[in-house]
Amino acid sequence: MEHVLEIHPLIIAVTVFVMAVFVGYYVVWSVTPALHTPLMSVTNAISSVIIVGALLAAAPMEGNLAKILGGIAVGLASVNIFGGFAVTQRMLQMYKKK
Amino acid sequence: MTANLAAILYLIAGVCFIMALRGLSSPASARAGNIFGIAGMAIAVGTTLALPGVEDYLWIVIGIAVGGSVGIVIALKIQMTAMPQLVAAFHSLVGLAAVLVAASALLAPEVFHIAVDGDIRLISRIEMSIGMVIGAMTFTGSIIAFLKLQELMTGAPLVFPGQRLFNLLVALGIVALAIIFCFDQSPMIFWIMTAVALVFGVLIIIPIGGADMPVVISMLNSYSGWAAAGIGFTLDNTVLIIVGALVGSSGAILSYIMCKGMNRSFISVILGGFGGEDSKAVKSDKPHKAGSADDGAFILSNAGSVIIVPGYGMAVAQAQHAVREMVEELHKKGVKVRYAIHPVAGRMPGHMNVLLAEANVPYDDVFELDEINSDLSSTDVAFVIGANDVVNPVAKTDPQSVIAGMPILDVENAKTVLFVKRSLSPGYAGIDNPVFYNPNTMMLFGDAKKMVEAIVKAI
Repeated sequence: MEHVLEIHPLIIAVTVFVMAVFVGYYVVWSVTPALHTPLMSVTNAISSVIIVGALLAAAPMEGNLAKILGGIAVGLASVNIFGGFAVTQRMLQMYKKK
Repeated sequence: MTANLAAILYLIAGVCFIMALRGLSSPASARAGNIFGIAGMAIAVGTTLALPGVEDYLWIVIGIAVGGSVGIVIALKIQMTAMPQLVAAFHSLVGLAAVLVAASALLAPEVFHIAVDGDIRLISRIEMSIGMVIGAMTFTGSIIAFLKLQELMTGAPLVFPGQRLFNLLVALGIVALAIIFCFDQSPMIFWIMTAVALVFGVLIIIPIGGADMPVVISMLNSYSGWAAAGIGFTLDNTVLIIVGALVGSSGAILSYIMCKGMNRSFISVILGGFGGEDSKAVKSDKPHKAGSADDGAFILSNAGSVIIVPGYGMAVAQAQHAVREMVEELHKKGVKVRYAIHPVAGRMPGHMNVLLAEANVPYDDVFELDEINSDLSSTDVAFVIGANDVVNPVAKTDPQSVIAGMPILDVENAKTVLFVKRSLSPGYAGIDNPVFYNPNTMMLFGDAKKMVEAIVKAI
């Protein structure tokens, strides 16, 4: 009967996903409208965490098409990560109090 | 590094990303939030690089160095008026990266531990199809949005007969291909599906007009998140799933806010065909009062309180610095000045706030529509510059109007309305604004920047 107690990894992934959607919903509503543009540029930067997949694809020793695609994806995601965080920082530095 | 340790580190990275968004609840905590975001990214990348199976760092280092340098240079050079285009371009890269990762997973499933004897698990096939399709749509859709915003392509909606039916058939075709792929894992089907999804991305954005671009950018923001989540499911990677969900809901909320700001339903925006058409020049001979910069300066300096309503036209004329100078002069005379921002004042959510911040306007002088609208009736002067539709009371009075129901700033309630504008021409939506002809309205005709500079001199 032991196999009954095993949870399929997909269920765990879906659990994480659903919880994160709720967290995202409440956190984003608390963002002040004045910062909606930085919100968009920072979400852009963090969505490039997709680089973790690209890194794995580019990492094996033997070179093949998968590795090439992975390498390109690393480059594209890096544009976003560095560009996204830098432009967000640049914008946030402009916001000053009286 | 063990899988358990990696999972814990990925969780920490996910928490950092949540903190990054949380920080944006106020400008004071926002910079710390961005640092959290950078930390989260560093943890996620570092953890991945320490995983077993990561053997060759050469391409990774080259990719990060080249991509990173390009990104930094763009980020430092970009003009704040061009932020919408930049964000659209960045979205397209996330989309393309998702497609490439899904393709690598198909070609080398053993790297991602999703295959048994070369057979990719059914659930992984479904997940990678979803990630790839949304990624491909985000990629080409964002390119079209970029071209429209950069005005390399007409902002007018591109419509053809039977468009909606055709798009529906293409969508069903993608679903059919995905089902076939899930059964036989044929790379050929996967590539065809990729190509169709790329075309579909173009098809869904071309019918949407320039006026609706704030919604489109937010929507593509959301898509890029869902694409990341799809890849996260494929790789069974928690941080990607968390980020995908965060970004996906963030973009969805921003789309909702933008739609509400224009009183448009999300569905009608997506179906397209609205806005961007040439405004039929409503030639109007109705009597109106026109004034000079000196008149404007006189009225402003003698006011007790002023509310400035900036629109995108102010940014196009690069008048925001002159406006800030004018406000400083008025402060010296003891006039209370505030700014009122309509949700769709710029070309993307919060765009006008960034443009004002760039011109050194303190953020505590800047208010959202809901916060300040009721104060307009007790204000001496409403100073409207480069805005039109967002202050058009027709939205409240004429249910037939294209902007009917759109929330507007009630500038006509102020004692005096000063309108800086080139002419009496209508705005984006192509409708006349009755406020122009009110007895308490004075039109200040001219280029926004020159007019405000002249007012500064006169004060």
